[in-house]
Amino acid sequence: MDITVAEALVRCLEQENVEIVFGYPGGTILPVYDALNDTTIRHILVRHEQGAAHAADGYARVTGKVGVCLATSGPGATNLVTGIANAYMDSIPMVIITGQVPTSQVGTDAFQEVDITGITLPITKHNYLVKDPAMLPAIIKKAFLIASTGRPGPVLIDLPKDIAQTRIKFKYPKKVELAGYKPTYKGHPSMVQQAGRIIMDSQRPVIYAGGGVRLSNAAPELLQLAETISAPVTHTLMGLGSFPGDHPLFLGMLGLHGTRYANQAVTECDCLIAVGARFDDRVVSKVSGFAPSAKIVHIDIDPAEIGKNVRSNLPIVGDVKNVLGAILPLLKKKDNAAWVARVQQLKKDYPLHYRREGIMKPQFVIEKLNEFKDDNAIVVTDVGQHQMWTALYMRFKEPRSFLSSGGLGAMGFCLPAAIGAKLGAPERNVIVVVGDGGLQMTMQELGTAAEQKLPLKIFVLNNQRLGMVRQLQEYYCDKRYIGVDLQFDLDFAALGRLYGMEGYTVETEEQLLEILPRVLNSKEPVIVNCIIDREENVLPMVLNGSPINEAID
Amino acid sequence: MRHTLTVMVENNPGVLARVAGLFSRRGFNIDSLAVGRTENPLVSRMTIVVEGDDTTVEQVNKQLHKLVDVIKVSDITKDAYVDRELVMIKVYAEPSARAEIMQLVDIFRARIVDVGPKTLTVEVTGNEGKIDAFELSLRTFGIKELVRTGKIAMLRGFKTSSKNNNHKEEEVS
Repeated sequence: MDITVAEALVRCLEQENVEIVFGYPGGTILPVYDALNDTTIRHILVRHEQGAAHAADGYARVTGKVGVCLATSGPGATNLVTGIANAYMDSIPMVIITGQVPTSQVGTDAFQEVDITGITLPITKHNYLVKDPAMLPAIIKKAFLIASTGRPGPVLIDLPKDIAQTRIKFKYPKKVELAGYKPTYKGHPSMVQQAGRIIMDSQRPVIYAGGGVRLSNAAPELLQLAETISAPVTHTLMGLGSFPGDHPLFLGMLGLHGTRYANQAVTECDCLIAVGARFDDRVVSKVSGFAPSAKIVHIDIDPAEIGKNVRSNLPIVGDVKNVLGAILPLLKKKDNAAWVARVQQLKKDYPLHYRREGIMKPQFVIEKLNEFKDDNAIVVTDVGQHQMWTALYMRFKEPRSFLSSGGLGAMGFCLPAAIGAKLGAPERNVIVVVGDGGLQMTMQELGTAAEQKLPLKIFVLNNQRLGMVRQLQEYYCDKRYIGVDLQFDLDFAALGRLYGMEGYTVETEEQLLEILPRVLNSKEPVIVNCIIDREENVLPMVLNGSPINEAID
Repeated sequence: MRHTLTVMVENNPGVLARVAGLFSRRGFNIDSLAVGRTENPLVSRMTIVVEGDDTTVEQVNKQLHKLVDVIKVSDITKDAYVDRELVMIKVYAEPSARAEIMQLVDIFRARIVDVGPKTLTVEVTGNEGKIDAFELSLRTFGIKELVRTGKIAMLRGFKTSSKNNNHKEEEVS
């Protein structure tokens, strides 16, 4: 039976078990929206296309499935760009579908025409402009395959309106051929053998775990590795949650705002096992001072990450879960007693600390949230000081329980991502930790959350400032503050109430403690406006150009 | 050091933009790039000459490999290969100079492809060194216009791609 390409697209999404799409309609995407009338796939109308992209991203981070979003051509497509770049940097599987002006008008600067495949070339894993209607099913199949396999990432499909309206014979292909796309999943056997030897020979091993552990669902293997060889585990921002935060071998985050004991342990280790991590500049700081005496075993599915930023002694290209699974049988139990004792001593000598006096401290808010939240709650942060405080003071016990914009560092991420997360895991409590700056970047999505009746628990760490930038200006610009004060005193509690949420403002520790259990157990959406110290800094902090073990504390 | 890469790509629209964009955004320098179809109409072959140390070129290789449309990347720099460029030169040729130019054309096994009242247009193929030498020898007569293709290259003998690199497997450093 002949159906339109737009209808075929929806059938394809059904075949891929898509349950939710996030989107915003418009002229050129009309045929696709029309076809959405006849499906069980749920469409979530956002308030801005950036929200659609971040929501699809949050949904994918929590479920492990491919997030899908839709937008129209021109401004609809360009508004997605930040969200696409964010997913690309954090390797999140996403399929993005944009409308395009009819084929005959492509290239004529038509109304709402923009070359979105050109624009997204460097921020997608791959993209397609559909030119042949008959190819649509195969393109969708390829898009989902590319997005979700290997190192995941976003794939964009640009669909001209006339093509969407063309009738085709629909058949969803079972298999598609991609001559140039063959991700390596299995580690090379001789490399795996050598890794086993290097690890067994080490006396002071440290595991440095990144987002790849979560992406390949390798948390059990990571735990087994750490316990077998008694190696302390430090995380990148993206890796938090893939190792239990209450485990004695847990070191917390490393890098520019990492814990001092994690950074010191990395500096002293004789073997660094990098698992699904990419030696980002926020982790490494000064390259020559990073793990200077360590043999580096680097496990990653993306060969281009090997040797890109830091030399490695033993690269293994492959899926983290597979590779760890292959290494584990080669290892024998060892206790590295002296090393473990040394690391425990480092933890005692250089603990995280802050001064609890005067105005309520943000660290206190995070600590208490950590105390009162349930273990499987999902915490979503935005970008800035509150993000680092959450990464440092929150303890996660399960993978996929901490969502944050890592590589891109995109303010405005948290609220729409939390919407996607809650829709992906409705049974889990979703806690949003956000600054007053970041919330105001995408707060129109409060409308989406209200419409979908999502009981988000939003904690605004409100210092009426762009705190992280202020901190940078304090250290790097002699406190010549400019462009960092958000002087209009916005009442976030009242704002929440406008959207049908319960709204509270807390200014003291007592007020916070009084409402916290009630808020977290509430079935209603709640916003808590937490007035915090305006001068508080994120510490430890490694200054530009310093090695990671020389931090201000 | 200059490296010669042969890159097999799917003959899809936009593939050249993907490859060229990759070089510019990652800060790699292309010396020359030549592209055309192969014996298989679905596959195009690019010959890219890239300047950089071994680490840079290794990154170029790996990043190229990540492009979905790229089927195979081969760094043939250290192999025995045949390479050719084509150049067309429009040279000033007063009647008095024509004989000498035609002698040079003979020596370089070039060909005259157009004769004008005041100019000759000659073409020559060869490797880079030969073409440079030919250009230099015509310069005394005055070159009005010159156009040169990028280099294309092919391994000698039975082989079709380098044994010196296989990016599916990592080497120990």
